[in-house]
Amino acid sequence: MSITLIYTVVVLSAIGIIAAIILYYVSQKFMVHEDPRIDQIEEALPSANCGGCGYAGCRAFAEACVEENELSSLFCPVGGNECMNEVANILGLEAVQKAPKVAVLRCNGTCDHRPKTNQFDGAKSCSAASSLYSGETACAFGCLGYGDCVDVCDFDALHMNPETGLPEVDDEKCTACGACVDACPKDLFELRKKMPKDRKIYVACRNEDKGAAAKKACDVACIGCSKCFKECPFDAITMENNLAFIDSDKCKLCRKCVTVCPTNSIIEVNFPPRKIKPEQVAEPTSAGPDSTDKA
Amino acid sequence: MLKTFKMGGVHPAENKLSAGKAIEKLPLPKTVSIPVAQHIGAPATVVVKRGDEVKVGTVIAQSSGFVSTNIHSSVSGKVKKIDDVMDSSGYKKKAVIIEVEGDEWEQGIDTSDNLIKETHLDAKEINAKVLAAGIVGLGGATFPTHVKLSPPPGMTAEVLLINGVECEPYLTSDHRLMLEKGAEIIVGTKLLMKTLGVNKAVIGIENNKPDAITRMQEFTANEPEISVQPLKVKYPQGGEKQLIKAVTGKEVPSGALPIAVGAVVNNVGTAFAVYEAVMKNKPLVERVVTVTGKSVKEPSNLMVRIGTPVTDLVEAAGGMPEDTGKVISGGPMMGRAVTTLEVPVTKGTSGILLIRDDEAKRNEVEPCIRCGKCVNVCPMGLEPYLLMTMSEKKLWERSEDRHVMDCIECGSCSFTCPSNRPLLDYIRLGKGTVGKLIRARKSQN
Amino acid sequence: MNKLLTVSPSPHVQGDESIRKIMYGVVLAMLPAFAMSVMFFGWNSVKVTLIAIAASVFFEYVIQKYIMKVKPTVDDGSAIVTGILLAFNVPVGLPVWLIVLGALVAIGVGKMSFGGLGQNPFNPALVGRVFLLISFPVQMTTWTANKVVADGFSGATPLGLLKEGLKNGETIPQITSQLPSHFDLFWGNMSGSLGEISAVALLLGGVYMLWKKIISWHTPVAVLGTIFIFEGILWLANPDRFMDPMFHLFTGGAMLGAIFMATDMVSSPMTHVGQLIFGVGIGIITVLIRNFGAYPEGISFAILIMNAFTPLINAYVKPTRFGRVA
Repeated sequence: MSITLIYTVVVLSAIGIIAAIILYYVSQKFMVHEDPRIDQIEEALPSANCGGCGYAGCRAFAEACVEENELSSLFCPVGGNECMNEVANILGLEAVQKAPKVAVLRCNGTCDHRPKTNQFDGAKSCSAASSLYSGETACAFGCLGYGDCVDVCDFDALHMNPETGLPEVDDEKCTACGACVDACPKDLFELRKKMPKDRKIYVACRNEDKGAAAKKACDVACIGCSKCFKECPFDAITMENNLAFIDSDKCKLCRKCVTVCPTNSIIEVNFPPRKIKPEQVAEPTSAGPDSTDKA
Repeated sequence: MLKTFKMGGVHPAENKLSAGKAIEKLPLPKTVSIPVAQHIGAPATVVVKRGDEVKVGTVIAQSSGFVSTNIHSSVSGKVKKIDDVMDSSGYKKKAVIIEVEGDEWEQGIDTSDNLIKETHLDAKEINAKVLAAGIVGLGGATFPTHVKLSPPPGMTAEVLLINGVECEPYLTSDHRLMLEKGAEIIVGTKLLMKTLGVNKAVIGIENNKPDAITRMQEFTANEPEISVQPLKVKYPQGGEKQLIKAVTGKEVPSGALPIAVGAVVNNVGTAFAVYEAVMKNKPLVERVVTVTGKSVKEPSNLMVRIGTPVTDLVEAAGGMPEDTGKVISGGPMMGRAVTTLEVPVTKGTSGILLIRDDEAKRNEVEPCIRCGKCVNVCPMGLEPYLLMTMSEKKLWERSEDRHVMDCIECGSCSFTCPSNRPLLDYIRLGKGTVGKLIRARKSQN
Repeated sequence: MNKLLTVSPSPHVQGDESIRKIMYGVVLAMLPAFAMSVMFFGWNSVKVTLIAIAASVFFEYVIQKYIMKVKPTVDDGSAIVTGILLAFNVPVGLPVWLIVLGALVAIGVGKMSFGGLGQNPFNPALVGRVFLLISFPVQMTTWTANKVVADGFSGATPLGLLKEGLKNGETIPQITSQLPSHFDLFWGNMSGSLGEISAVALLLGGVYMLWKKIISWHTPVAVLGTIFIFEGILWLANPDRFMDPMFHLFTGGAMLGAIFMATDMVSSPMTHVGQLIFGVGIGIITVLIRNFGAYPEGISFAILIMNAFTPLINAYVKPTRFGRVA
């Protein structure tokens, strides 16, 4: 009995020692010399592996940082400037500061604004539906509402609002990784510069149809009337294909365009309510103080 | 002896409700909207403008490349406007909208029913006429016929197959055409043979149309070069590759065209259109459309001018039944559901199918039970369950390795799935995405 | 016209097959075997079967509703099939609590832990049965004597008698005298698990499923053919040591396994060629266990082992592609 025990112990120990020797030899022989800074940078990154930087993951991005040895074309949108500063410190380089961005949905075609013209009954996927036809409404450019963007969001920042049928961006959680921008077959998402107090002004429409057709399809479509274009004091608005676009780098949040838009397709977010103009206050309305009918 | 293709295939209920109805001419519509992209390839370039007077057969849009073709006015009247209209593709496309006045034809078009058999034209001249007449594959794929008739250098056609299979349920337009215009189809076939320089043609007809088989056999009795091949009923036998396999036993290699095995396939409708174009100078301005459905009062086969709104066809067939839930342009297996009845009939519209409410909605999707039925019915020998999962997970490279591009989108997999899984929806998505990736890769190199 | 038209990608028609049709078709196909078991074992077999079905359905419902928090899908019939198959695979005298435990393992471990219908790599009923067989060998091999057997065969199964006899050094002719005739075996007049005894009833169910296209012939023919050929070779080589192949086809769970359990869609390969490989594997393992293993019967193990190979078979055995370029 004891002999068996001893044998077992001896044999197992021998196997262990032999294996250890092999492992040691192999690790010495085949050791890959890697820049230790790659590990350091990877540590500094948010390790979300979202691909928002354009690389396959945080490790690949770290490798790219070390290899390029300059950071002008590299940016981690999730970690932002803070994270990039850290990366720059590790590499002893200058970080490029970028304004933080946030994703916005350029469509406001809610169920109320955009009547359905047919019902879709296929695979519940925006990309599958858009490869079939223009969509459940007469607007060929608007949100389809099957949530491809929600599926790709790694940060839980996108949720479908069942009442409007549109996805909503949670500004707090959005890291501007750009996954939704790529996922949307209608190209409705845009990464816009983060403004103070999360304020936003943007054209919530991508409809390139002529005014009448666009308006017929959706109450709040941009009809390409160019009023905002003429109104903007900062040249932030451009018109192309019957569609207005506000450049978030130039926009100063003056809200003049919002006022002139005849279809309310320009949206303002997180602004305090407008002061009611004196003459409107002077005219008491029967509907009571709540009805602040602004254009 | 009945022939068929070996691999896969399904048997959907045939429902050929309108098989016994002779082709009727549909009265002229008030306006037509003729899209300029009715074929595969580059859209034609519009050559008319608002206010122009046109006659039947006037070219309104010209071929804009090799894979493209002419578009003719199908009515006489005045061009009302050129605008984007919704067509059966599900997207708005540029179209010429013409207000109909009278029915005046361009000069030189023979509108009589006289059968003309002989021509002095040579192959080149025939093909030029085919292009000028704007003929495309009328089976539904709408590939420009003159391209098919010009084999790429180094390849020669050996056999011409005339596709009278009509394997789609419900549709009967080709069936009726064979019964009523058999002689013309034979002349058209001979013209096609002359153009291709082949001395053998086979007309493939499925066994569920015995009257068409006998009729065509009568016409070919004195034509040693043309034979009729009855085929066992099996979907998708009308697919080019399946038909070639069934008739000749040859398999078109993956990614290649039928000409690679020396075969050229044309629909019976195309053969008829070629006859009219060459012998009668008549461009492709009308086609046979089956209007059918289980609740339709008068399922019928109508000779319809291109550009006629679908509403007119439905009215002619007894009006839109109350219980219609879905309208399909084409057959139930490969046709496209339309969003509105205002879409125009195009060169590829082989049928208008009104589906009842109870069949319009798909059944609830259930989990895959790995029964393997989709694998066994796939006529291309693919694995639909796997391709669907790969598309869902966006594994495009793997899906390319699994030959997603071989899919002919026949829908046998979705049809047969006991769990009602939208297999083809996802495979089509995968096919589209992989196609884009391949093109991107090619343009990079 | 205010009604909105429905738009969906093609195809716009669907075949009339459904999970329900398949599952209830299987249930229907199992009825003859069930009737035979009632005939031979009496009403106790009804009791066992009903308990197994009820327990399977109950566990599936509870797990889906309260643990997985999804809409219960017990009406699809798959739990009923699992329940019946489990009942078919146990002795008729099995205590109630063991049947319930077997159903819990079959549904809970064998099916739901992988994500439910379609996800399980192993046949759930067999997972339940093998769990019971290994954990409670005594109860699982306590065979109730067959009611109809007139000449007083003991309760042991033919395969059990065979194994026992060989262990005691008897030769085949000596053992054969204690065994039922081939006709009895074919008819089902023997001891064994509830549903496995009657080859003729099982074959009838198999023909029904073939006719309804619920199964293809490939798996059962491969399993039974392999058993027949392999056993035939052994028998020809040494008739004193090995029983004849027909005996092996009609005894134990060979028929039940080949027709109803190896053909389980979820855990068997997709392609016909794959199914042939799968079936041959089951046959070989079964014969090895029966003749050279510790257990008298091995088809449950054989099917479970080959279930584990199914993903591998699916990965390597591909359908022949149309127009493949060599």
